[in-house]
Amino acid sequence: MRLFLIFLSAVLVNNFVLARFLGICPFLGVSKRLSTATGMGMAVIFVMTLASVITWLLNLLLVALNLEFLTTIVFILIIATLVQFVELFMKKNSPALYEALGIYLPLITTNCAILGLALLNVLNGYSLLETVVHSVAAGVGFTMALVIFAGIRERLELVDVPESFKGLASALVTAGLLSLAFMGFQGMVKF
Amino acid sequence: MSELRNFTKGFVKENPTFVQALGMCPTLATTTSAVNGLGMGLATLSVLTLSNIVVSLIRKFVPEKIRIPIYIVVIASFVTIVDLVMHAFTYQLWRTLGLFIPLIVVNCIILGRAEAFASKNGVFASFLDGLGMGLGFTASLVLLGSVRELLGSGTIFGLPVWGKAFNVFAMILPPGAYIALGMLAGLFSFIGIKRRERQKAKSASEKVKA
Repeated sequence: MRLFLIFLSAVLVNNFVLARFLGICPFLGVSKRLSTATGMGMAVIFVMTLASVITWLLNLLLVALNLEFLTTIVFILIIATLVQFVELFMKKNSPALYEALGIYLPLITTNCAILGLALLNVLNGYSLLETVVHSVAAGVGFTMALVIFAGIRERLELVDVPESFKGLASALVTAGLLSLAFMGFQGMVKF
Repeated sequence: MSELRNFTKGFVKENPTFVQALGMCPTLATTTSAVNGLGMGLATLSVLTLSNIVVSLIRKFVPEKIRIPIYIVVIASFVTIVDLVMHAFTYQLWRTLGLFIPLIVVNCIILGRAEAFASKNGVFASFLDGLGMGLGFTASLVLLGSVRELLGSGTIFGLPVWGKAFNVFAMILPPGAYIALGMLAGLFSFIGIKRRERQKAKSASEKVKA
């Protein structure tokens, strides 16, 4: 039950993009087309889960050595290395997957959703299983918001928007309305 | 003169938030009030200035291929210092900003300036660049924070402006952040377009005279 609540909370109630403001850069950057949005979403789910499991294990070591103040430095380095490693591994072992996700991987290093998620898992004191569920849910929530947003933006391209609101401004207002819709889930799960 | 420009370009012409659209996560998340925006802005400003200085100092020794991880370690160290200092001296603000203080590490403005400016320029120029960009970022955050605080709770920096009846509570919630920033970005781009039109009209009339 607790796992289900964590999942629901991370996907709908505390959606990473629309309620927690994590991962806004890719959200605004790669949401012009539906296909790129899906690709980015898949890459994020994959890296998020992998990164949070590894950082969770590393945090045990840091706590054991009394080095908690190094969390930020260690986590960001691990994430940056991991992304590079995943990229190399994919390139060699599954070129098809690399073709599909490759261009999004370097962008993920600077995606604050990954580091934010790793820190949140530690902050909330989740167990390993809860960490995995939370990470997958956060990735799914991110992908969902990204895909819905890309769908809206594809339509928005065809509409006659005032000159000064083209691009960033209209995208932000659209995101605001989307976020308003997601506010409806607030209070559904308390977590 | 060019040194002065290094300092002032971050305010309007290359404003990190409204023009370059960098560092959106902290901009949206921490501007529930003007004070929070100011706090986040100053934290980012100090990390940006310090990391710019160090990156510029070590730019001759850093091997080309591993420069990004090195910059990230420099930035992460300063973020940790700022985090600990804020925990010690401004505990209330530290609680409010929470997760977004360690997340200064992944703020694209900082790595962006290290890569685009500090790694190619002298220490003093990099210091001015960091200070200017940081102040531009802080000003945008305070502006957005003031707008949201005014519309959401009817105050600016905690000073009451009008009665509670005018408050739109949603402005403090996440949707308000997106909508307020979108409106401000629209306004900035409107000003930019008008300015360009005026310049075009001016040069056209000069051509007619000639």
